[in-house]
Amino acid sequence: MSKRIDVKNLDIFYGDFQAVKDVSMVIEPKSVTAFIGPSGCGKSTFIRTLNRMHEVIPGARVEGEVLIDGQNLYGRGVDPVDVRRQVGMVFQRPNPFPTMSIRDNVLAGVKLNSKRMSGKAADELAERALRGANLWNEVKDRLDKPGSGLSGGQQQRLCIARAIAVQPEVILMDEPCSALDPISTLAIEDLINELKSDYTVVIVTHNMQQAARVSDRTGFFNLEATGQPGQLVEFDDTQKIFNNPSQKATEDYISGRFG
Amino acid sequence: MTTPTQSPDHDIHHARLDDVQGIEPSPVRPTSSRAQWLAGVGAIVLFAVLWQVLDLHLALAVSISYLLFLAAVYLVYRSAGGRRVGLDIIVRWLVYGAFTLAILPLISLLWTVISEGLPVAFSPSFWTEDMTGITGLDDQAYMEGTASLAGGAGHAIVGTLMITGAATLISVPIGMFTAIYLVEYGRNNRLSRGIRFMVDVMTGIPSIVAGLFAFALFVQILGPRDAKMGVAGAIALSVLMIPTVVRNSEEMLRIVPNELREASLALGVPKWRTIAKVVLPTAASGLASGITLAIARVIGETAPLLVAVGFARNWNLDMMTGPMNSLAVYTYDIFTKPLNPAIIDPSRERAWAAALLLVLIVVGLNLLARLIAKLFAPKSR
Repeated sequence: MSKRIDVKNLDIFYGDFQAVKDVSMVIEPKSVTAFIGPSGCGKSTFIRTLNRMHEVIPGARVEGEVLIDGQNLYGRGVDPVDVRRQVGMVFQRPNPFPTMSIRDNVLAGVKLNSKRMSGKAADELAERALRGANLWNEVKDRLDKPGSGLSGGQQQRLCIARAIAVQPEVILMDEPCSALDPISTLAIEDLINELKSDYTVVIVTHNMQQAARVSDRTGFFNLEATGQPGQLVEFDDTQKIFNNPSQKATEDYISGRFG
Repeated sequence: MTTPTQSPDHDIHHARLDDVQGIEPSPVRPTSSRAQWLAGVGAIVLFAVLWQVLDLHLALAVSISYLLFLAAVYLVYRSAGGRRVGLDIIVRWLVYGAFTLAILPLISLLWTVISEGLPVAFSPSFWTEDMTGITGLDDQAYMEGTASLAGGAGHAIVGTLMITGAATLISVPIGMFTAIYLVEYGRNNRLSRGIRFMVDVMTGIPSIVAGLFAFALFVQILGPRDAKMGVAGAIALSVLMIPTVVRNSEEMLRIVPNELREASLALGVPKWRTIAKVVLPTAASGLASGITLAIARVIGETAPLLVAVGFARNWNLDMMTGPMNSLAVYTYDIFTKPLNPAIIDPSRERAWAAALLLVLIVVGLNLLARLIAKLFAPKSR
């Protein structure tokens, strides 16, 4: 259920502006990989290229390769819709569908694609996904209520449940806790730890402690100056990045000298 | 407890605004709200005297007493509470005055239409009969009390509903799909900028021009003898309706948060399904109420229907052949050309009744729009 991602010489553009330059990395299956770095360094842009959500923005394009188990996401004839079914995504701000109930939100990936499903199978899938997102006990009595009535942290876990209900290989999280309070953040971090036994998890975070707590490997993005493209400065085991980084810029950033 | 080094005057946390040089905050003084009501009673008395005793014109009497009331209230409140309080009260009463001025014509209009139209509008025969064979002699009989009011506007009611319904069927798909293109696909490319400009131009087309356009179109196809028909009117109305539907739907689709589109796309849902199943349902309440209001806009159009459909005195349920009638045209026709030029009252009654029905339909549509907006609105609890 989880796959390895190879990124080779990836350049990312918004129109003529190059946002990220020459990123290469290997993301291991069944691990948590975190990206840290100052604002505007391209980490969110980069994570969005891993499921081709980047190109939703007009004028955005990519050069280079992203291989998932050897298959290039940007190869000819690859449908971005299929890519996104394999690589799920959770966004910065919780975004449950306001017109749907909690149950329908979880099943959105199935229902919006008009796949037929018996009521029982749907119930089981919803329960499994909600349990997977540690939300089942809180919402099991109000599955028919709108998802937007939940708290921010619950909404974010609902979004995670929605993402895992389509059974992806990889889950991308773009600053999933930045709009949440510390307790909800803790719940999500616990959840990330559980998710990695089944999925490849990639997370972008502004919070270095969070990267240190949840991730196995960490990538540090930086940009030389504003207006310059962002670069992957260092990518290594989380322990090494935080205890003994090999680059001066990484050390400056994690010790709080800038950023 | 006296520490000589730290007097309260110099403690920054206890500094008061009036300690700072150059700032003189106006003192807050209690003001009574009763004074304005006393002044109001005074103004009403003054108005009554000006109007009845001094025999001034009604509007002049109202204006004088209103202005004197404003001045009095301002002076009283200024002396009690200062300039700011005085200004507050004067602006407050100016706003009330403007609101009254704006609402008066509406109330007057509704009152006139209801009081003139009510007696006839709800008699069953007015709803079920047409005007075939009704002549001035019937009106004469009605005035003499030997017969009830003959004829009705049934054909016009049905005609209004059919023509407007057909116009809606034409405009809503065209308008909605245009809006979807503009918001979801076109973004800001050349074509969508062009479409937007054209829609703006269309918004300003006078309705008579739309009617002439539809009539000319059908004359080109069918010749001048057979050109007048319900469909021509529906096309004229849809020329007026499409820009309204496009602009409104565009606004409604634009306020659907982009995060919802991204959430759906990230689940591996194709773009067209995202639009059909996430964007449109989220915007449904706004779309539906916008369409209803667009219908309400065109349902009272007279000129284009007069040109493109003409008017009929008999039932005509076939939109493809011959003139039809509609409430607005019926009102205009019966009002300008009474059946009996010597006895116009019965025709006037019919005209007011048709006008009342039209107003009721528009009010009903507005209420429907609110209901729809409420039913479709995304729930939060």
